[in-house]
Amino acid sequence: MRGGSFVPAPVATLPWRMLWIVFALAAAGFLGLYSAAGGSLLPWAAPHAVRFFAFLGMAIVISRVRTDRFHDLAFVAYGGGLILLVLTLMLGAIGGGARSWLDLGFVRLQPSELMKPIIVFVLARFYSHVPPREIRRWSAIWPVAVFLGPPLLLILLQPDLGTAMLIILNTIALMFLAGLPLRLFIGGAVAVAAALPTVYFSLLLPHQRERVLIFLNPEADPLGAGYHLSQSKIAIGSGGIFGKGYLNGTQSHLEYLPEQHTDFVFSAIAEDWGLIGGVVLIILFFLLLRWGWSVALEAKDRFDRLAASGLTLTIFFYIAINLMMVMGLAPVVGIPLPLVSYGGSAMLTVMICLGALMAIDRRNRLNRR
Amino acid sequence: MKRRGAPVITENSQAYTFTRRALVLGAAQGVLAAGLAARMGYISIAENERYNLLSDENRIQMRLIPPRRGWIVDRHGQPIAINRSDFRVDIIPDRLKEPDRVLGELARLLQLPPDELERIRHELKQAAGYQPVPVAENLAFDKYSAVMVRLPELSGVAPLRAFSRFYPDGAAVAHLIGYVGTPNKKEYEAENKSPLLITPGFKIGKEGLEKTMEQRLRGKPGAQRVEVTARGALVRQLTTLQDVSGQPLPLTIDGGLQTFAARRLGDESGSVVVIDCLTGDILALASMPAYDPNSFTDGISQNEWKMLSQDERHPLINKALNGLYPPGSTFKPMVAMALLQAGIDPEDRIHCPGGFQLGSRFFRCLGRHGSMTMHTALARSCNTYFYAMGRRAGIDVISAMGKTLGFGQKFDLPVVSQNYGTMPSAEWKKRKYDDDWSQSDTLNTSIGQGYVIVNPLQLAVMASRIASGLNVQPRLLRERHPAPAPLPFTKEHFETVRSGMWEVVNGAGTAGRSRLELPGIEMGGKTGTAQVRRIVGTQRGQSGDWKYRDHGLFVCFAPTSNPRYAASVVIEHGMGGARAAAPVAKDVLTYLFDKERAMASLAKFEEQWGGTLAQRMEARAQKWLAEKAAEKARAGTAGGAAGAAGR
Repeated sequence: MRGGSFVPAPVATLPWRMLWIVFALAAAGFLGLYSAAGGSLLPWAAPHAVRFFAFLGMAIVISRVRTDRFHDLAFVAYGGGLILLVLTLMLGAIGGGARSWLDLGFVRLQPSELMKPIIVFVLARFYSHVPPREIRRWSAIWPVAVFLGPPLLLILLQPDLGTAMLIILNTIALMFLAGLPLRLFIGGAVAVAAALPTVYFSLLLPHQRERVLIFLNPEADPLGAGYHLSQSKIAIGSGGIFGKGYLNGTQSHLEYLPEQHTDFVFSAIAEDWGLIGGVVLIILFFLLLRWGWSVALEAKDRFDRLAASGLTLTIFFYIAINLMMVMGLAPVVGIPLPLVSYGGSAMLTVMICLGALMAIDRRNRLNRR
Repeated sequence: MKRRGAPVITENSQAYTFTRRALVLGAAQGVLAAGLAARMGYISIAENERYNLLSDENRIQMRLIPPRRGWIVDRHGQPIAINRSDFRVDIIPDRLKEPDRVLGELARLLQLPPDELERIRHELKQAAGYQPVPVAENLAFDKYSAVMVRLPELSGVAPLRAFSRFYPDGAAVAHLIGYVGTPNKKEYEAENKSPLLITPGFKIGKEGLEKTMEQRLRGKPGAQRVEVTARGALVRQLTTLQDVSGQPLPLTIDGGLQTFAARRLGDESGSVVVIDCLTGDILALASMPAYDPNSFTDGISQNEWKMLSQDERHPLINKALNGLYPPGSTFKPMVAMALLQAGIDPEDRIHCPGGFQLGSRFFRCLGRHGSMTMHTALARSCNTYFYAMGRRAGIDVISAMGKTLGFGQKFDLPVVSQNYGTMPSAEWKKRKYDDDWSQSDTLNTSIGQGYVIVNPLQLAVMASRIASGLNVQPRLLRERHPAPAPLPFTKEHFETVRSGMWEVVNGAGTAGRSRLELPGIEMGGKTGTAQVRRIVGTQRGQSGDWKYRDHGLFVCFAPTSNPRYAASVVIEHGMGGARAAAPVAKDVLTYLFDKERAMASLAKFEEQWGGTLAQRMEARAQKWLAEKAAEKARAGTAGGAAGAAGR
């Protein structure tokens, strides 16, 4: 074994190349949250650290699971997820008003978050069973709609458009990787572009429509609904190359930057550490995703391959949409930055993804030997 | 290999497709990462300056520091209007969240009396949101700091160290200097809603020189940069930019003389104007009674305002500029100049039988003066002479001379308003009444009655121009002015008129009792008595109701040997120039040559009147308040009785 007798085997076999990245990202989150609270462990930094280690432990436990189990239990988990979603809706209705979480006491669990990796497993299992010659047939497509329909409906009822969109994007990317004909995607893209106006005018709620408008022109209403976007760009822009210095960010400390501990934590960090800090974070995320792709590419089994890439894509969409949002390239949708933002549900999802990826990685390495 | 057409898909080719597509997606993610880094670089490098500015705009608030007003000083540099350090507390209505709690707390901290609280509540109700409502001014430091310490729990309360205007001479300079006050809505809008005007503690000139010289006196506001949170809480103070105080405004006024003149007017309603007749410098421009401009600085109380506006002696009107009077006989020196200009020999005699017959109408004189030359006619103020000679000279020459000597004219002065009256002419009457000028109009004009009305400043200007022979322009600001040019009349004419005026005071004239008691300094003058209403029967305005009595006027200059100062004194309803106005003029001119003698004389008067100006004003205010209270009590009992009866 690597590391000889100094390090126990279970520790030494962990994918340290990736774990260092995860530690670095969580540390960046910890420092950012410490600063956002005005130089205080509470209310965000300390819980963030505790949660990180707890969920990391959970991820390592998951990494010991054989990947066949993910395959076998995919539909069981899917059923469980649906029950949780229904439960959420029902409790929300009883409690009065829409709700997207279940209060478990120690954490507010968002079943819609859990649903993301579960759907990846379901799709990976489905496509691993589609015979290669049938991949270009209609029968390779409609079951996906059946799997996706119920959870999407339940999530949209919450209503959580952001999560629903992420699941759809993730599914499309996974179908692309599964080998569905290219013309479907090109045609689909054209169709979506054509349908956008209809969606905008008939399907979106007024506040969602407003968000889109503000995304297109945030300066039009800097104090109203464009406030988030404007203040986020001000935080990043005023940080400059080297930042205002740790704990010196005025946008975050004087509370001009809203949601500085969740969705806009990147802006708060960029204000303190500048372009350099931001680019380091982007590079760390890039390295994390590269590791995920390498796991997927190395996987021998089609299920493992599709699951690994799907999980990597799940993480990717979090990062991409959050970063695009804080830089004013995407509308404001409530999507946190994985491992960095304060908040349990997203971290739980990402840790499940990472745990499963580690499990696949472990299997890859066992195969290699 | 994946083939086009009808591809045969095997597990291997599918794995290959997966790898290829995964690499495409991975590459797309790499491109996106690079794009995000580039976007971030663009925001934080290319647009850094803009966003830095926006970030600073967020966190830094400018709080204006009202500039200190420039001092107003007299010709010797003695202060007339200065600034006093003042701790004050205001409420910004817009930011007041819990009026009741905050007001209660303030009342406790500042020990505000109930009626003050009532006023604050009232003003808060009427306030326009942006306009600070003063809570208390001139606070002791411990009370001020007590509010300062509790500021976090007193939203909307703005304690401030400011400067308030102070006029050491009080009422004596009121009409001349004016006063300052909190800008009103109209003034705020007139200056394009400049934030300075709604800064707590900022005062704007409301009257007099404070108003007309506002821009020069104002100075430039300072600014305090403070860091605030998104919720508006103060984090810390950053730099402070000191205010630039307004420029001092040196006046031609002699502060001592101004105050003396105001005090010497005593309880009379009237004005004193003193001009340096060589330069045009206005040395004194006093109008009494007056208000105390200091009480306007903090906002005047309802009672005070009522008392001032109901006073029949009009303490709110600057009589030196806005009081209009028929000049009466004080007009005669000017008419004499006109007669000389018309070629009348001053030695030509007119017999005064007690009046002048014009057609069927007899124009009265004050006495039977007998044979009069110009000299004696001036000395004894013989109307008959001026009727006869005025008629001979004609209105045109009189009117032209009147205008040349300043009547009907508005002077280039930084004052809020001047009522310039009327110097009538044939053309004027035609225009105004569409009627021809008559002989009797000329006669009336010749003795300063009829259509003629003038203000006291014009009288003083006339006296100055006759005294020096120069075309002096009155002025208030001590700046460089061109020396006045000589008037286009011969020296002998001026000498003739001046010698007549010398005779008025120093010879067999109407103001013999008011000659100066100074060695080697003599005064020339002319008395005047102006009717307030038409003579009814034998009553000539010498008795009866105060407001129907004649005005007493006096114009003068001194020394007669080498004229330097000219003055006009108007005592409203003083019954006669010699009786009421000349003694005041005598003391005022005495002050210019011998302060101690003048002050001694004033001290005696003030003893008789019952105290200094300030003391008497205070006593009057108390008396007025007592009367009001008594009236209210009477009305209250009467009303109560009526109410009881009604039930």
